Amino acid sequence: MRAALFLIALAALALAPIAAPWLQFVLTLALAKGFAALGVAVLLRGGLISIGHAMFYAVSAYAIAFLARAGLNEFVVLLLLGTLASALAGLLIGAFLVRYRAIFFAMLNLAMSMVLYALLSKLYGITGGTDGLRLAVPRFFGLALDKASFDTALYYAGLVLMLGVGYGVQRYLASPLGHALAAVHTNELRLEYLGVPVRFVLLIAYTISAALAGVGGAIAAMAISHILPEFAFWTASGHLVLVAVLGGIGGVAGPFIGSLFLEVLHTLAVGVTDAWNLIIGVALIGVIFFLPSGLYGLIRRRSGEPA
Amino acid sequence: MLDTLIPLAVDGLASAALIFFVAVGLTLVFSVLRVLNVAHGSFYAIGAYVAASIGLWIASASLNPWLSFPALVFSAAIVAVLFGPLVERCLMRWTYGKSEAIQILVTFGLFLILEDLQRIVFGVRSLAEDTPMQLLGSTQIGGVVYLNYQLLLIALAVIVVLGLRILLTKTRIGRLVTAVVADREMAQSIGINTNRVFILSFTLGVFLAALGGALATPTAGAAPGLGAETMVLAFAVAAIGGLGQIEGAALAAIIVGLARVLAIYFAPSLDAVAPYIVMLVVLLVRPYGLFGQAATRRI
Repeated sequence: MRAALFLIALAALALAPIAAPWLQFVLTLALAKGFAALGVAVLLRGGLISIGHAMFYAVSAYAIAFLARAGLNEFVVLLLLGTLASALAGLLIGAFLVRYRAIFFAMLNLAMSMVLYALLSKLYGITGGTDGLRLAVPRFFGLALDKASFDTALYYAGLVLMLGVGYGVQRYLASPLGHALAAVHTNELRLEYLGVPVRFVLLIAYTISAALAGVGGAIAAMAISHILPEFAFWTASGHLVLVAVLGGIGGVAGPFIGSLFLEVLHTLAVGVTDAWNLIIGVALIGVIFFLPSGLYGLIRRRSGEPA
Repeated sequence: MLDTLIPLAVDGLASAALIFFVAVGLTLVFSVLRVLNVAHGSFYAIGAYVAASIGLWIASASLNPWLSFPALVFSAAIVAVLFGPLVERCLMRWTYGKSEAIQILVTFGLFLILEDLQRIVFGVRSLAEDTPMQLLGSTQIGGVVYLNYQLLLIALAVIVVLGLRILLTKTRIGRLVTAVVADREMAQSIGINTNRVFILSFTLGVFLAALGGALATPTAGAAPGLGAETMVLAFAVAAIGGLGQIEGAALAAIIVGLARVLAIYFAPSLDAVAPYIVMLVVLLVRPYGLFGQAATRRI
């Protein structure tokens, strides 16, 4: 049942741009945000909430813009290096932040991301300030494509990545390291008594979650080809947490479901109403109080599995 | 150097006073409700829009322009009465005792709702209304011109610090609030109506945020995006001072205000970064803020 649902969803995603070409850009962005939201969800498993995760999204996007300017112009290389930049930033920042918990962890993430945001928007000479940076269309595995075919290639590459990365994250969460992460949330002290290095467990999780946000930022940067400081603003981080929780943080699929659902709904709703934020705010509060395992939990319950 | 720095400092302290109103509201709500309200900045923005609208109405109805001063406080009171009890009863109380992740998310949802409400009611225009600033004029001290309105803001911030301290230590309701902050269960078990304390404290918090917004309109006006911007600044100030610390918030506001002044003077491009860098440094050294006390870890 679940496998069938999964295959149907995947087929729908693969065919959607052919049936409705306007959906392609929306879905590409949804995938990008899905990766970043998955990163937030990984941390939420450990009971840590970050309202600054958009900074890693921005780090990767800006890294790509700088590299492209320096002459590197290949999709795969940019994607890898952008993700690497975010992972390194995550490792560095994480080394400081894993000492903190709860509200202090959230606040420090916020402070870090706002420092980055303010720097990005103020250092005109380097980052282009509030005008941002433009990104030329990269080559795709050595092929020089026009913008339209690159976008299509990017979308399908994103889908393949979602499967690959999603599988990897699932393996990570099922590994002893992943279980230790969930245990930090349940009882950190007991974990320490068992001899598990809690900070190390969290640092790994933080780096992975930063790298995931980096994958998202890289895809978004290449899809939009215009990078702005707003990528790192705190409301963007808030939206990532929102997507993760709306989709459900229980499984790897949750954030992607939340992201795809939200982006498509947003595109449809824009024509009908302009009170989108109001609707989404009410929906978020509703999900938190009445559907704590998110949309993914709802799907699992419907298909007869314990949520 | 000094004759450029002192007017800058007055400028910095005046803007610090505005942020202080919001931050002290945030800190008050946090210490009583134990919820960090991410939507707190939106009350500042709504306060600013209400005050600007009322100010413009007073001007267009050609009433006595001095009415615009009580109108500023009146605007904040309207926002507080309208939103305080409603939001606390319908939303905040369901988050008490829940995990921080849930509290932050619920209030982020509230933030999104308030942002849109503000846009629907007031539109996306910026409003400017500077009658109070014009009326007060300026003073010249030692060849430097100061806006009297800015001096008034600084004086008001001092009054609010003293007022809150007196309210919390000398009055009956203030002592009830202190009791609830110290031990919620114990306060409840000796018969304190904690629900009333929650409603009152939250409403006072909203009032302070809206007051900051209302007082900002004569110098800065009201513009879209104000809520999100103010939120992080107030957050930074409250965190530097130590969440729940009134005097801490005041000191933090002064530090942030002066840090911005120094940044404007020495490295103008870093002026917006200064508050967050101060926050980062303080929190990395003292995670509980300048005045905060470390909580004991529970098993």
